[in-house]
Amino acid sequence: MKSRKTACSAQALQLEDNSIQNRGLTLDTAASYNDKVVRQFSIMVVIWGIVGMLVGVFIAAQLIWPQLNFDLPFLTYSRLRPLHTNAVIFAFGGSALFATSYYVVQRTCHVRLAFDKLAAFTFWGWQLIIVLAAITLPLGITQSKEYAELEWPIDLLIAVVWVAYAIVFFATIAKRRIKHIYVANWFYGAFIITVAVLHIFNNLALPVTLTKSYIIYTGVVDAMMQWWYGHNAVGFFLTAGFLGMMYYFVPKQAGRPVYSYRLSVVHFWSLIAVYMWAGPHHLHYTSLPDWAQTLGMVFSIILLAPSWGGMINGMMTLSGAWHKLRSDPILKFMIVALSFYGMSTFEGPMMSIKTVNALSHYTNWTIGHVHSGALGWVAMMTIGSIYSLLPRLYNRESMYSIKLIDAHFWTSTIGVVLYAVSMWIAGVTEGLMWRAVNSDGTLTYSFVESLKAVEPYHYFRLLGGLIFFSGMIIMAYNVWKTVSDKKPVPVAVLDPA
Amino acid sequence: MRHDTIEKSLNLMIVLIVAAISVGGLIEIVPLMMSSDTTEPDEGIGVYSPLRLAGRDVYVREGCYNCHSQMIRPFRSETERYGPFTTAGETVYDRPFQFGSKRTGPDLARVGGRYSDDWQRLHLMDPRALVPESNMPGYPWLADNLVDPELVTAKLRALQLLGDPYTDEQIAGAAAAVEGRSELDALVAYLQELGTNRKNRR
Repeated sequence: MKSRKTACSAQALQLEDNSIQNRGLTLDTAASYNDKVVRQFSIMVVIWGIVGMLVGVFIAAQLIWPQLNFDLPFLTYSRLRPLHTNAVIFAFGGSALFATSYYVVQRTCHVRLAFDKLAAFTFWGWQLIIVLAAITLPLGITQSKEYAELEWPIDLLIAVVWVAYAIVFFATIAKRRIKHIYVANWFYGAFIITVAVLHIFNNLALPVTLTKSYIIYTGVVDAMMQWWYGHNAVGFFLTAGFLGMMYYFVPKQAGRPVYSYRLSVVHFWSLIAVYMWAGPHHLHYTSLPDWAQTLGMVFSIILLAPSWGGMINGMMTLSGAWHKLRSDPILKFMIVALSFYGMSTFEGPMMSIKTVNALSHYTNWTIGHVHSGALGWVAMMTIGSIYSLLPRLYNRESMYSIKLIDAHFWTSTIGVVLYAVSMWIAGVTEGLMWRAVNSDGTLTYSFVESLKAVEPYHYFRLLGGLIFFSGMIIMAYNVWKTVSDKKPVPVAVLDPA
Repeated sequence: MRHDTIEKSLNLMIVLIVAAISVGGLIEIVPLMMSSDTTEPDEGIGVYSPLRLAGRDVYVREGCYNCHSQMIRPFRSETERYGPFTTAGETVYDRPFQFGSKRTGPDLARVGGRYSDDWQRLHLMDPRALVPESNMPGYPWLADNLVDPELVTAKLRALQLLGDPYTDEQIAGAAAAVEGRSELDALVAYLQELGTNRKNRR
């Protein structure tokens, strides 16, 4: 075991050397990395991040001032909220996963990305899907299944692009020039395979017209299928994929090897196997049969262990390099992201305990939980990785301004804390008010009283969202200054050590 | 088997990943498809009439599930507020299910008959005219849009194909049943029958 650990450390350290670039040399395409598609996706991460979060800020304002739909169907909260969730998950998060997986798989396999044209197709195909989503969702063209709202023609397009993505990614690994597949690629690979499976089964539907279909499942079966999909959209799209990102960019940025090879093996396999069972915790105390709810709860609690395995492995990678946190705001983004990952993967299993869920379900607590994961973990890991990646893609030593990265770090951190805390308080308040009964057994509060009670937290949530959003504007400026006057230069494929 | 073997073979790794992710879904989902508990309708539950189906599809289109659940949990505080808890047999004709996961507004599983038709119409047009504290947006365009009779017929055919027990007579009469009705009429018809299969509701 000792020798293998050394091998792994050597492999991780070797990542460091990838930045050796033959600048100024003309290279034939096979000898250089395909960084064009990485650059394209990376820029779209910033743009879709801004769009998705702006919609989020707008709908947060609508919860306070409902008149903001101006009685127009396409500006109405119930149509825009799916646009917000789809934009941040699939447009912002998806572009980040495409960009980093394409970058990482080339660097860790020491080969150029397979099939240039197919890779370009995944970029334009994915952007087309996003644009179609942005048009159809406000028009009310929806399946009304959470995070699977898009109608069947777009679902088909997603399936095609996803298969192309899988071909590009796995064909690149297949022609790798080193024997071992690097740990980041295990996570990216599991994410790509699983998302394909989830997407296809959850969206099986019979079309009526081009814009309307009926799902083949009904009632409770449909609910279980949906939350098997929905929870694993979180587990694989927003977790496994981003752990892949973490396993490359954290060691790279810290200049240290991954803390434990053995831990990464154990937590990888347990994470992907256990996640798939956890879906029913979204359906506690519903008419889903009890046995399924209990299975969901048990596996959700077990899930704490593999989740924290990933957090610990990431955090401890910094051992011996903690001082870098003082001077490197990119590393701060990554470490705070891992902290939020650890926190929300503790909170999640806790909320999956049926007695806790009885209070938290249907309340803003869930919204707070989701955002501490989506903003705290997913967005901050993405932002850190993009800041680490962009200078390399544009032939620069570093981003235009390190101070602005630091400013972005603080706006993000303050924004997400304000958001999450206000939603926790609001959620617990609602949960307690809904269940309060007087001594004669009657309900203490009407529903609308609970809505009134949480209104102040809607303001804090809006403020938190605005602060986080303003950080994205800072990022856009910094990115613009970094890339606008730089001509990218092809980077030579590095020979394996 | 040493992990070394797996991480040196892409094919082996893909096969093992597929195996690892397949078990949970198979065990949790497939039995539900076979079980009568989750696939057979309760007494008094039938397929949606053409007008109610059109109304349900308006509910789906507008995304009402973003703020309203249709799933009363078996707690005293919930049955006291909303009525008897929801059963699986009440949802077997729901494509898609609309349990929801967030209550910005109240649960609607048994809202049928709680308010008058006029209250529902006015509330959908201008919620704060009736509930000043509400933060629900208005949906005034529903009154102007007419239900498309041909589309409803096509929908019933599709549902029949999927196995919902619509008779050929029902499909033949569908267009006439929704002719000239607005989306608001359809949505109110849908809401007003929600959960009315149980007698002991609040």
